[in-house]
Amino acid sequence: MKALGVTLLLIACACPAGATVFEPREWSDERHRQRYHDLIEELRCLVCQNQSIADSDAELAADLRRIVFEMIEGGESDEAITAYMTERYGDFVLYRPPLTPFTVALWAGPALFALIGGTMLAVTLRRRRSREDAGTLSAADRQRAERLIAGED
Amino acid sequence: MSPELGHFALALAFCVSLVQAAAPFASGGGAERRLGIARAGARVQFLLVALSYAALTHAFVTHDFSVAYVASNSNLELPLFYRISAVWGAHEGSMLLWVLILAGWSCAVSASGAPLPAHFQARVLGLLGALSAGFHLFLLWTSNPFERLLPAALNGRDLNPLLQDPGMAFHPPMLYLGYVGLAVPFCFACAALLDGRLDAKWTRWTRPWTTMSWTFLTAGIALGSWWAYNELGWGGWWFWDPVENASFIPWLVATALLHSLAVSEHRAAFKSWTVLLAIFGFSASLLGAFLVRSGVLVSVHAFATDPQRGVYILAFLGVVVGGALTLYAARAGRIRDGGAFEYLSRETLLLVNNVLLVVVAAAITLGTLYPLAYQALGWGTLSIGPPWFNLMFAPFMLLLALLAGIGPHTRWRSDTLGPLARRLRPAAVATLLLGLLVLFLLSARTLGVGLALLIAAWVAASTLQNFRQRLRAGSRMALHRLPRGFLGMTLAHLGVAAFIVGATLTSAVSTERDVRLAPGESHEVAGYRFEFLDVHEVPGPNYEARRALIDVRRNGERVALLAPEKRVYRSDGQAMTEAAVDAGVTRDLYVALGEPLGGGAWALRIHHKPFVRWIWGGAALMALGGILAVTDRRYRRRRRAERRTPAGEAAPALR
Repeated sequence: MKALGVTLLLIACACPAGATVFEPREWSDERHRQRYHDLIEELRCLVCQNQSIADSDAELAADLRRIVFEMIEGGESDEAITAYMTERYGDFVLYRPPLTPFTVALWAGPALFALIGGTMLAVTLRRRRSREDAGTLSAADRQRAERLIAGED
Repeated sequence: MSPELGHFALALAFCVSLVQAAAPFASGGGAERRLGIARAGARVQFLLVALSYAALTHAFVTHDFSVAYVASNSNLELPLFYRISAVWGAHEGSMLLWVLILAGWSCAVSASGAPLPAHFQARVLGLLGALSAGFHLFLLWTSNPFERLLPAALNGRDLNPLLQDPGMAFHPPMLYLGYVGLAVPFCFACAALLDGRLDAKWTRWTRPWTTMSWTFLTAGIALGSWWAYNELGWGGWWFWDPVENASFIPWLVATALLHSLAVSEHRAAFKSWTVLLAIFGFSASLLGAFLVRSGVLVSVHAFATDPQRGVYILAFLGVVVGGALTLYAARAGRIRDGGAFEYLSRETLLLVNNVLLVVVAAAITLGTLYPLAYQALGWGTLSIGPPWFNLMFAPFMLLLALLAGIGPHTRWRSDTLGPLARRLRPAAVATLLLGLLVLFLLSARTLGVGLALLIAAWVAASTLQNFRQRLRAGSRMALHRLPRGFLGMTLAHLGVAAFIVGATLTSAVSTERDVRLAPGESHEVAGYRFEFLDVHEVPGPNYEARRALIDVRRNGERVALLAPEKRVYRSDGQAMTEAAVDAGVTRDLYVALGEPLGGGAWALRIHHKPFVRWIWGGAALMALGGILAVTDRRYRRRRRAERRTPAGEAAPALR
């Protein structure tokens, strides 16, 4: 896998952004077109820096788009296509990372953050509510406040 | 000669920044005297960096290819405009811009009237000076933009054609103004912690600076997205690329800070939380700088690769953030938070706002850093892209928007549900009517789309209703009497609504077609007929272009004549797609020219993007709101009032 990373770095420069190749395609079914667009957005071009195969004009991306096109027209399901891609290129090809023991923290992280945030919020609100005296001023503070108000406005 | 002058000025600026950093913390001399030195330091430092910056710009303008940086990022044929913007086109120059902007903010703080107590202002300047020193050292040590190239190159390698676009020319300075601007609230927070007192004045001083950097950050991010839309040729406007995230995380934290400062100012509550957010904000900026500038990411935007730089920034990040957090841990206990409030109150809603924004910022940080950690731990490689980010972002943001419709109607301290609901009823009714109408028009695609549009309508309706109430509550002709802070909030919240509409509709009902057209042929997309007229060659200043002419008609009437280009830059033969866009309030028509397919036919990509402009329109409204809020009368009047009392004996603060 490390070798793959290095190779990717080396060929990354062979993948200029800003000049996408467009491929007019004939579809047998309009729903296939939508599925095609959704799928190629979620597959990563392996030789580019950070582009989906929809956005890349690398040869590899063109090949992968053609494969997706042919598989969809051949009646394959989305799952079959992504399975085919991961089998050949590993999870790296998926922009929607699969749930594995190594990505549990990724998928659960935001929910955990929300839980922590929510708990802290609840605790703060409770404490705030019970602290009735916090809003009242001591006599000295009040005098100082009155002086300030008189002085400023 | 001038590059050496620039280099020398930079070295001098480093020395001056050390003085600026040290003087306020030296013993002896009065506070006024120390402030005087820090002030002079900030100004001299700014002048020196500006001189250095001018020297580099001069090298670009005069094609001095004996400077390595110029030779790599310019070309004899590069137009003047892009020679000036090429200064920040790559690593070294953009760090110089960063340092210039930091010195500029320092200078602005030193010049901002005299509402601050002398010793406090001196310390803020000192801390800013210390940050400057850190960045100067980084430049001088690892990223000298004035490095000579001997023998000089005959011609330069040229600026990356991707960056030869007006959007990209303005995007980095705006973004950096925002990024670096967050250093000001950061230094205010640290200075206050050093003082061990955080009073109402602290929030009042910090607020306009925060709003200003937030405004720049908003504008910078929007410009970047607009650039991607126009220049990358695929019609997207946000990709959740790590570099985009690096700018978005500070924005989220700054937005939270903006809202929590409102509570701190009005109710003296959440002060320690506000200070922590101020620290987080600039930390997120530094983290972004690390991600982008160290080359740790390999992405569309990241050009720099040099471990030395990465290690330096990481160490600097550690010292700055670690130092600030240690200070916070030591002193936060002393901050006395006033202001009890009930469960239902504006404070509570703003606190929920903060929690949501910070949770989202943390989630995006997780998604951005996870692939790096994954690789570092030897687990392989992992891609985290739009599907994950959208899933983690959208639900929280929609909840936040829902609350943004309620928050401004809520009373401080304590509110009751019945009257609040009654106050909100007109907005709710308007939302339902508007929502039903929109859903009917669009024949609602999915539940998510419908929900997002309803929430957008809700934000807009309740914001407008709040505005109307305030207008009525004031006297006749009260528009100019409304506080600009309130107007700013109104605009910004309307911007949020517009943004949601744009983002939702663009992703839900856009049409994209790749077609093959020969001259005279046409294709219909979303009721528009695109006729391919012809392709002709057009010479550019530093590229050769082939320009197509596309006649766009609707019901036989011409809507637009679009001229997308395919450019080949002469310096390195790189091909670029220059899309042509017919912009409209309710839709963009976007055509990009692909490859010739033989027989005179060309591949074309045609997009119909409903409401896409609302995305940037929304961001523009938010930025405009920020500008209004900064110019609020409160700040101006107070400044005048405070200037009348000598700075040294400013009235003792309310804790």
